[in-house]
Amino acid sequence: MNVECTLEVNGSSTTLQVAPSARLIDVLREDLGLTGTKEGCGNGECGSCTVLLDGRPVNACLLVALEVEGRAVTTIEGLLGPGGKLSHVQQAFVETGGIQCGFCTPGMIMSATALLEATPAPSDAEIRDALVGNLCRCTGYAQIIESVRAAAELIGPGSGGETPR
Amino acid sequence: MPENRTRPAYRIIGKAAPRPDAWAKVFGDTAYAHDYTVPGMLCAKVLRSRHPAARVLSIDTGDAEKLPGVDAVLTAKDVPNNETATRFGQTHQVGGFEGLYRVLAEKKIRFKGEAVALVAATSEAVAEEALGLIHVEYEPLEGVFDPVEAKQAGAYQVGEDESNVICSYKVRKGDVEEGFKLADVVVEQTYRVPMVDHAYLEPESGVAWLDQDGVITIRSATQVIEHFRGIADVLGVSHNRVRIIAPMLGGGFGGKEDITVETYLALLVWKTRKPVSLTYTREESIRSHGKRHPYVMRYKTGATKAGKLVALEAELTSDAGGYVYLSPWVLLYSTVGATGPYDIPHVKVDSETVLTNNTFSSANRGFGAPQVCFACESQLDELAKQLGLSPLEIRRKNYLRTGDALATGRVLEHSVETEQTADRALEALGEPSGPSSPTERIGRGIASSMTSYGRMTFLHDTSRALVSIEMDGSVSVRCGLQDVGGGQASSLAQIAAEVLGVPMEDVTVYVGDSALTPLAGTTTATRLLYMSGNATKKAATAVRHSLVKKAADLLDVDPEELAMGDRQIYSAGDPDRAVALERVVKACAADGIPLYDVAQFNAPARELIDFQTGQGQVFPDFTFGTQAMEVSVDIETGAVKVLKIVSCYDVGQAINTLSAEGQLHGGALYGLGYGMMEEVVLDKGNTLTPSFAEYLIPSAVDVPDVKTIMIESGGGVGPFGAKGLGEPSCVPAAAAFANAVSDAIGARVCDLPVTPERILKALGRF
Repeated sequence: MNVECTLEVNGSSTTLQVAPSARLIDVLREDLGLTGTKEGCGNGECGSCTVLLDGRPVNACLLVALEVEGRAVTTIEGLLGPGGKLSHVQQAFVETGGIQCGFCTPGMIMSATALLEATPAPSDAEIRDALVGNLCRCTGYAQIIESVRAAAELIGPGSGGETPR
Repeated sequence: MPENRTRPAYRIIGKAAPRPDAWAKVFGDTAYAHDYTVPGMLCAKVLRSRHPAARVLSIDTGDAEKLPGVDAVLTAKDVPNNETATRFGQTHQVGGFEGLYRVLAEKKIRFKGEAVALVAATSEAVAEEALGLIHVEYEPLEGVFDPVEAKQAGAYQVGEDESNVICSYKVRKGDVEEGFKLADVVVEQTYRVPMVDHAYLEPESGVAWLDQDGVITIRSATQVIEHFRGIADVLGVSHNRVRIIAPMLGGGFGGKEDITVETYLALLVWKTRKPVSLTYTREESIRSHGKRHPYVMRYKTGATKAGKLVALEAELTSDAGGYVYLSPWVLLYSTVGATGPYDIPHVKVDSETVLTNNTFSSANRGFGAPQVCFACESQLDELAKQLGLSPLEIRRKNYLRTGDALATGRVLEHSVETEQTADRALEALGEPSGPSSPTERIGRGIASSMTSYGRMTFLHDTSRALVSIEMDGSVSVRCGLQDVGGGQASSLAQIAAEVLGVPMEDVTVYVGDSALTPLAGTTTATRLLYMSGNATKKAATAVRHSLVKKAADLLDVDPEELAMGDRQIYSAGDPDRAVALERVVKACAADGIPLYDVAQFNAPARELIDFQTGQGQVFPDFTFGTQAMEVSVDIETGAVKVLKIVSCYDVGQAINTLSAEGQLHGGALYGLGYGMMEEVVLDKGNTLTPSFAEYLIPSAVDVPDVKTIMIESGGGVGPFGAKGLGEPSCVPAAAAFANAVSDAIGARVCDLPVTPERILKALGRF
């Protein structure tokens, strides 16, 4: 039996009928058509499905949609600024080559966005720690880490709030 | 930036450019296989064998079929041609390399996870429930799980009426017995390497439907759209009734080279006449798709006091698992590559690939090269140690150089820069780090490799590309390639933009549709840039000739004097004498001059080599490189930290330096995972590591940045002198890691992965 569920996704509120056990990732992808969030393992081990919950990175495959009612969910589709402007993190990933097949990219960008929100000028160790839950098989992480450094540069010192949510 | 050669003045080639596909990827807009839906599509699931070795006595699908919401349940008896031969997208048929390919299990089960039945239902939950209602009666059989055991007389027979030994090769050069007599030092060792998974982040997935003309259309994550022929053969329909579309892949690494979901989807669509989707779970992916072959390798190598290699003898046994798939080809790569990038006068290599009841093995990045690289490079270091030479010294004395012949007689006619890659890689490691605690030991290792790019020459490989220029001067490229994420389509955009004098953003590349894009072959064997890059360059050059000829008329100058750039055609000596590209295109159109060209590029075509001696040419060319590492090992715990990694390759000519560096970074880590941590652990055919919690791959905290050095010799056979990097970049890392650990602890680990347990064992701690 489906139940009513009100989700705040990317700044807008939607009420849907979902199965009580429906995972957040399925509601995002199937009910809301937000397929930018990827499923790589379904066990919370690869980080491809990372979204932000009240600004903090979580695995959408491990959450039941009903659990996140009333909390702000941000997906990769929610990062674009006004007029389709790329966020600093998105811009840096494009320019610095932190992308190969792109399957891990949305999750990586969400984790990097959360990091720079909290720590605008992270050390390399902080960047690596923030990305430890996001597996990538193509890049060897080097250009991803470089992209996060470049995003921090774009944001500039002491302006952590500029990265769009 | 790459160094070495005086670079030709390219506008776009050799620059670092964001790929055209990058923007959609950061927006989350790229529609991978699993992101695509068709109205009314059913969800498919696969019933897989619980036993690694068994006889299927009966299958009862009655209860499953009666479940509301189930549209179809298929077993082997529903497959028109269930038994066929494995073919891999090539158009030239080569005997001796094909094995049994069974779509759904019948008679004997050959590995755990083999597909037994298919279900299509209105939802995943119903499909899942239906799987539980299919009653299969098995008679479990003993099975065989070790390839060396499987090739003994009297071993359990994996198949019905075929030998467990699939095939064997020999390489014979000189007289190896005489060779060892010349040696002052001989080392001998047996090396074992494990089964590993590709671990691409995107599991196998696809959607299929019948189009309005009744063509079975499959949109799936595949490295080979030309599997449409094999699928049509299974269904018993003509080849032009099956179409495969390959969207952007979430990684391939060889694991999407064999058919995965495609035949299942085609069968279910054919049966239900409805659209059907199928995506593997991660567990299903790890348990049941092809893996990298485990090998047992006995090596014996001899050298003189001066460090010159005089003889090498190798016996290779690879574990093919339950079905043949690409095992004979992978083994051939290992056999040719067994002697590494070294000149050795006396060589004897014997190799066999053997069926067992393990998960089947097939293509995996490097295709038989990383296994033998590990063994060969370990031998080199052992010889160096006994001779009191440094690892670099012994290698320098033995590297093959341009004009030298491999043990197979093949002369290396193109650029060979191995020595330079080794010098540069080692130099870039810099000053050695000091140990940070009394139990820590620092070690350094290098490994060099020679890895082919381009498919085997007896396959007579071809690729096609269509380049056209539109009325406004924008450019379209159509090429039936599969983009696995390495920048395959992007490289064609750069090539066309370079040749036609337009910025990269003026080029749109259409790829991956067996019905609409000219067939271009597989995205495997590091062949894409070489084959489709050359085809695109050829087609773009033909279009350029037409345009330049017309511009010469318009400008009243000799065509030889004209150059293209900035959307103009202009006199190289007098750049003010110029005409806009758009105007030239319109003038050509008015005169009926073709504004497109379809070009075919053919790789060198050779006959099969002699399997008794190994003599002949197998590959078009090779990429040479060296990786160097510095590690610290805690001798109390066996824990290893990788402190530095350098990867140095002769790339020929980088097309996009951002992409080429990305290959070097990613390849080094792919290979390091093989050396350091990865292993599909099997217990009598049962996978004990079916998730990323058990099957560990490198994460962002496991490794330092890879320092990359690109040498550009310009000596490749790809476009603009490029060589291939995709597979070569991963090959030596495991060997370099093992050599570094050995240097640190003064003892050798002969099995991969080099785990803390194995290190402590090598140190005699238990």
